[in-house]
Amino acid sequence: MNTSTDTTGAAKAAPAGGTGTPGPGWFKRRVIGTKADVVPRITFAVVAFLLIVVAPGMLTAFRLDLLAKYLVFAIVAVGIALAWGRGGMLVLGQGLFFGLGGYVMAMHLQLADAGPGEKPMFMSLTGASDLPGLWEPFRSPVFTLVMVVALPMAVATLLGLLVFRSRVRGPYFAILTQALAAAFVILLVGQQDLTGGTNGLTVSTFFGLDLAKNSDKLTLYFIVLAVLLVVFLIARQMVKSRYGQLLVAVRDGEDRVRFLGYSPTTVKVVAFATAAGMAGVAGALFVPIVGIISPTSLGIVPSIEMVIWVAVGGRVSMAGAIAGALLVNFAKTELSEAMPSGWLYAQGLLFILVVAFAPRGLAGVGDWWRENRDRFDRFRPGARTAAPASGAAAGEGA
Amino acid sequence: MEQLLSQIFVGLSIGSILLLVALGLTFTFGQMGVINMAHGEFIMAGAYTTYVLQQALGDGATATAFLLAIPVALVVAGTMGLLLEVLLIKRLYGRPLDTLLVTWGVALILQQAARDIFGAQNVEVKSPGWLDGGTTLIGVDVAYNRLFIMALAVAATAGAWYVVSKLKQGRRMRAVMQNRQLAAASGVKTASVDRRTFFLGSGLAGVAGVALTQLGSVGPTLGTNYIIDAFLVVVAGGLGKLRGAVIAAVVLGLCNSLIEYWTEASLAKVIVFALIVAFLQFRPQGIVAQETRGLA
Amino acid sequence: MSTDTATAAPTRRDPTAPWPILQIRGLGVTFGGFQALTDVDLDARQGEVHFLIGPNGAGKTTLVDIITGLTKPTTGSVRFDDVELTGHKEHRIVHLGVGRSFQAATVFEALTVAENLDIAASFRMGLRGLLRQARGRRPEVAEALEVTGLHDVADRPAGALAHGQKQWLEIGMLLTQKPRLLLLDEPVAGMSPDERTRTGDLVRYVAKDCTVLVVEHDMDFMRRFADRVTVLHEGKVLKADATVAEVQADPVVQEVYIGRAKDDRNSVSRAAAATDTTTEETA
Ligand SMILES: Nc1ncnc2c1ncn2[C@@H]1O[C@H](COP(=O)(O)OP(=O)(O)O)[C@@H](O)[C@H]1O
Ligand SMILES: [Mg+2]
Repeated sequence: MNTSTDTTGAAKAAPAGGTGTPGPGWFKRRVIGTKADVVPRITFAVVAFLLIVVAPGMLTAFRLDLLAKYLVFAIVAVGIALAWGRGGMLVLGQGLFFGLGGYVMAMHLQLADAGPGEKPMFMSLTGASDLPGLWEPFRSPVFTLVMVVALPMAVATLLGLLVFRSRVRGPYFAILTQALAAAFVILLVGQQDLTGGTNGLTVSTFFGLDLAKNSDKLTLYFIVLAVLLVVFLIARQMVKSRYGQLLVAVRDGEDRVRFLGYSPTTVKVVAFATAAGMAGVAGALFVPIVGIISPTSLGIVPSIEMVIWVAVGGRVSMAGAIAGALLVNFAKTELSEAMPSGWLYAQGLLFILVVAFAPRGLAGVGDWWRENRDRFDRFRPGARTAAPASGAAAGEGA
Repeated sequence: MEQLLSQIFVGLSIGSILLLVALGLTFTFGQMGVINMAHGEFIMAGAYTTYVLQQALGDGATATAFLLAIPVALVVAGTMGLLLEVLLIKRLYGRPLDTLLVTWGVALILQQAARDIFGAQNVEVKSPGWLDGGTTLIGVDVAYNRLFIMALAVAATAGAWYVVSKLKQGRRMRAVMQNRQLAAASGVKTASVDRRTFFLGSGLAGVAGVALTQLGSVGPTLGTNYIIDAFLVVVAGGLGKLRGAVIAAVVLGLCNSLIEYWTEASLAKVIVFALIVAFLQFRPQGIVAQETRGLA
Repeated sequence: MSTDTATAAPTRRDPTAPWPILQIRGLGVTFGGFQALTDVDLDARQGEVHFLIGPNGAGKTTLVDIITGLTKPTTGSVRFDDVELTGHKEHRIVHLGVGRSFQAATVFEALTVAENLDIAASFRMGLRGLLRQARGRRPEVAEALEVTGLHDVADRPAGALAHGQKQWLEIGMLLTQKPRLLLLDEPVAGMSPDERTRTGDLVRYVAKDCTVLVVEHDMDFMRRFADRVTVLHEGKVLKADATVAEVQADPVVQEVYIGRAKDDRNSVSRAAAATDTTTEETA
């Protein structure tokens, strides 16, 4: 083999990426981007326009509320796509983290409604004398907002450190997360005096917003939209960074990564905890939108439904996960109104077909189009020359 | 003291139930590595089979119907498992997570089917007369139906053990589990072994379903309530190890009942879960470890 | 047995040879009662290409596993540059300068060739740095692309590479980490003669600033590229730190190892593969 370094080759290997500093062509490079970026960017702009301008203007308050709920679910979905699609950790217990965020928020909102020094309404019904110590700190809005993210992340980190360190992975990990969600629900139901049991916790205001007023609901909608945008950007940055590649590497060859000098445990814990944090935020936003959080929306079945959204949208794609959450939930609302039993069959069947035969989900359609574009172009007059397939590996587009 | 003995009996009883629902999994999950989330629905199918037989044979034959249900449920659930293996699972070989999700989709459909066929309301399965009531053993009240379930768990385990270690079929199953390529090269029809293993594992779920009719009413979500516990038994016991599953089931049953006695039911669940995670820290392979190499 | 094909290999033990950077003493390990390694001693000096040969099941991979922290030894010590390696976590050992490849080439198929190399090269980066987007190409990555001849396929997914190229990519990934000890487990298995030569050259290139321990069956490959050879048999050292000529002249080695394939000396790996099947069966 010719091991002598040829100088032209070394020159070719010089930095090729954009530098990001303003200069000639900066606008085109950073804002319009390369040809490959155009379609996603236009899509992003159109979707943003629809969500920011069209939806609030055209939808009834009831519909907009539903859309806000779907967007909340999309936040969970982004986290799942990160942990499962990129990191290979099938998280079947996101209901736990969703619930932690939701209950933390609901506790605060109930205390805020009750007023200083007062107990929440449901406690006077069950006849508890004092406010339980566990509730006390959640009077503070700041503490609550921190805990909405920090508590799920802390639980996920602890579980992740224990479980990943002992090299529990694949289906075992999936089952453990599911078991944890199940245990959490049992605990919530069992500790009725503390959690409201099966009834859950209801709220009517959200940091000064009156949840019965349409104008305040619109504000809430925009809050949700903004949070989703932030979550999406965080996930995208993670995916595009070296860490994102490392995560995929851990998914496909944990031991190789270990022997490259990384601790797969750390890599996995970061993604798992991030996904948990996202679920926690989503849970916290779910509470004011729906007005209630109860064990029924956190158990095994809701947790696995969250995975269904991501499977349908495309597990490795953050945008796909969002689309999946919106579409599946939209379909659920529409179809289960018309034929409740039919929807459950359809959901099961959809899940089977997508996972078994189209593991890349909806996002896979886009990848398929990109990979085969040249084949179609060839038939058009003035076809451009075939570009080398980039990012063709298993739909790695964000 | 009597309290404690009584809790131990309850624990053994829970353990025998866990063992029954997990036994089939030691075949499908343990031997074949397939996570079948529809296993719970096969349990449900076994329970509904008992109900249907009782309805069909009428009031006079409650006991006959119940005993008849055991083999019939085995065949019904086994056939469902066989179909699942042939139609879906076979195509997902080497994709364990996808298998898990796909079978969960199947579970959703089966649950809904049960709801449409038998109604969303739970149905009651009558006990044979000789299972009513109970007796007192060394100061502990023991219900006959609990004793019956223990006996059934022991019998089913013994049967499973016999199949695995004494029959030619069992040897093939172990051969395929240990080295699929080598077994195939030595002339074992691996596809047919897989089908039979799946039939057996799923059939055992059906038998567990018959037993569960004695503990309460039968509804579409009967299986879901047990599936996680069943998987935890197999994980804690060590994959594909009958002995491990027996130990794990009994230990988990006892833990559950004793912790429940000292604290209360919902906390007990969480503590038992924490114990399992802690246990996996120092024995990730489960109680009865399989000697494997991490890497080639 | 002539050794004249060997490229620049010292043929006699040299008293002025550099001090052994890898010192293994009294290493033993049992797997559930089975003694896989017994009292193994091994020295490898700075910058040498040290071959570890022996029939399948001899314990070569197990030895590599122990050095790299995958398997915990029952007895004995592994000292690398005067640091005890046993007891450290796998990734810590990598940070101490020890890299390894696997018997079956493992690269990240979903990532491109350049991304594979980039990840390997970034192993000393903290989480903060990793969370930033990679821009441009690191010099170590560019070097590895050149040396492995993978420059033209740098932006292709690694999954699309041929078997030999994957093996080179894996070595290239290790190269970007600038290890001081490299352990290669059967790097030329399944390669064509031409590819073997290229791999050998690559190993020689790597050995410029690094000690390389190569596990191999291929006698011809060993003849051409080994400085020193250690023969392992049934978990014991049969011949320690010898030259290629010494190994080939040794009647005991002939008996247990080379003698197995009298008819066709180069088919040792095939004969050994057959023994492997039998060990699997009894395991
Ligand atoms: N983790 C393990 N558990 C049980 N036996 C093992 C384990 N690792 C290796 N062995 C056994 O140790 C022996 C040596 O194996 P190995 O190091 O792979 O040999 P080689 O690489 O020389 O072919 C073999 O008999 C193998 O079956
Ligand atoms: Mg080996």
